[in-house]
Amino acid sequence: MNTPGVKAIYRFEMARTRRTLLQSIISPVISTSLYFVVFGSAIGSRITQIDGVSYGSFIVPGLIMLSLLTQSISNASFGIFFPKFTGTIYELLSAPVSYFEIILGYVGAAATKSIFLASIILATASLFVPLHIAHPVWMVVFLAMTAVTFSLFGFIIGIWAENFEKLQLIPLLIVTPLVFLGGSFYSINMLPPFWQTVTLFNPVLYLISGFRWSFYEIADVSVSTSLIMISVFLGLCIAIICWIFKTGYQLKD
Amino acid sequence: MSALIRVSNLSKTFAGGFTALDHIDLDIERGEILALLGPNGAGKTTLISIICGIINPTTGTVTVDGYDIIADYRKTRALIGLVPQELATETFENVLATVTFSRGLFGKTPNPEHVEKVLTDLSLWGKRHARIKELSGGMKRRVMIAKALSHEPRILFLDEPTAGVDVELRKDMWQLVRILRESGVTIILTTHYIEEAEAIADRIGIINHGRIILVEHKAELMRKLGKKELVLDLRHSLAAIPTALAAYNIELSADGRQITYTFDSNQDRAAITHFLDNLTAAGVQFKDLKTEQSSLEDIFVSLVNEAE
Ligand SMILES: Nc1ncnc2c1ncn2[C@@H]1O[C@H](COP(=O)(O)OP(=O)(O)O)[C@@H](O)[C@H]1O
Ligand SMILES: [Mg+2]
Repeated sequence: MNTPGVKAIYRFEMARTRRTLLQSIISPVISTSLYFVVFGSAIGSRITQIDGVSYGSFIVPGLIMLSLLTQSISNASFGIFFPKFTGTIYELLSAPVSYFEIILGYVGAAATKSIFLASIILATASLFVPLHIAHPVWMVVFLAMTAVTFSLFGFIIGIWAENFEKLQLIPLLIVTPLVFLGGSFYSINMLPPFWQTVTLFNPVLYLISGFRWSFYEIADVSVSTSLIMISVFLGLCIAIICWIFKTGYQLKD
Repeated sequence: MSALIRVSNLSKTFAGGFTALDHIDLDIERGEILALLGPNGAGKTTLISIICGIINPTTGTVTVDGYDIIADYRKTRALIGLVPQELATETFENVLATVTFSRGLFGKTPNPEHVEKVLTDLSLWGKRHARIKELSGGMKRRVMIAKALSHEPRILFLDEPTAGVDVELRKDMWQLVRILRESGVTIILTTHYIEEAEAIADRIGIINHGRIILVEHKAELMRKLGKKELVLDLRHSLAAIPTALAAYNIELSADGRQITYTFDSNQDRAAITHFLDNLTAAGVQFKDLKTEQSSLEDIFVSLVNEAE
């Protein structure tokens, strides 16, 4: 194991985060506050409660997931795209680091940052609404698994993308809609039956549902289904990354 | 002792179908400076990139210090430092951080003294806290060299090291190359500037259209392929080359006062004598003469032409 190599990548990526720290902290704090003002106050005054939980509290897990997903993807995709873009990737490719170590460094750093941001959002949310976390350990498990999975997914996007447009494409066109339609701000029980069925095809639903269960013990789908779905997605990302490194796709030709 | 780097039957065909390397065999000896000489597009960068692990080979093998570059990539890559052709550096990092990063990436534990020495040798120590994006192009290239040397490589690849660099950096670079060689580092540099190969290398490999045409010690190459020029200053200017001398490869200067005769000293050891005899017979008188070894550039051109 090239431990100094993994540390070097991880530190390098964290340094990148540190340079934009203020912006990294302020923007989620502001957007979370806005969500509470808009959704919590405006809509919450009409919906009041979902499954016995106040609307403001209900949307907290969804808000955190929204941030966790988008941040994991953007950090990891940018982290590996940028060296490709500037040409400094030559060093990574010529270094005695294994693929696993490269992933450990990049994905580890991206996941660290997004978990850090999720914690900030959680802290901000606690200023607006009462929070109750029924299963803290499970909450951390969901948080970590989601952060790692979507950082891997971001890493794949970063390797696949040849330009900035492509880098933004998937997060913008696929991920954000899936998160909004995945029950971040509502329970799928509130939808007509047809749309409930459609929503079951949205992988993000399972993440949010499991995560929300760890807070309030209410869920759209069973917790084990959530865990299985996120494991499947994690496995899929790992498989794709193995294939990328095995073939040298977009990297070594 | 066996070669430090052994390239066997190496070929590379890119995804688009273009064959950049065509059955390359090359041995690089311990401690030598090898110049890979070839025109643009010859395949120099591709060859280096494969040895360093940046590009996958299509067929063939490379060993470094007896280890296969794919099966034992950790061992081979740890031995190698690479300064690529294209200027590519981090943007927002500072010099010290990026060089320290490189050392870690190559599996070495931190050694601030070594990093300081490398930066000092490259006149970068004073700039260690500067952001890389604030540096000039020449300084950025120094940073890339520092990165390559940060992990104390035993082998250094310099891909077109002096393309577009200023005189000072070029001088510093050659100085550095000599010091590194004295400490036992094997150096492989590519260039399409002949003077560079001539000035610094022990051996020269000539590569064109993805094939190694030949690899020779510099002196041997000169001897084997050395063309010579005989330059004569004439007593009276000539309007044209006398017909009696038409068979010779000669050129008359514009003012008609100088003749340059180019010949192959290996093929014909008596070439000068014969030529001068015929010159006298044609009634041409000269007041001075000198011979010149043609530069490696000419050798190169003749080689490349020959291979085509
Ligand atoms: N990624 C690539 N895909 C297709 N062709 C390439 C690629 N990289 C280099 N080539 C081609 O391979 C040939 C050799 O390139 P290169 O090794 O860079 O030459 P040199 O370094 O000797 O100038 C060139 O014709 C170049 O266009
Ligand atoms: Mg080149």
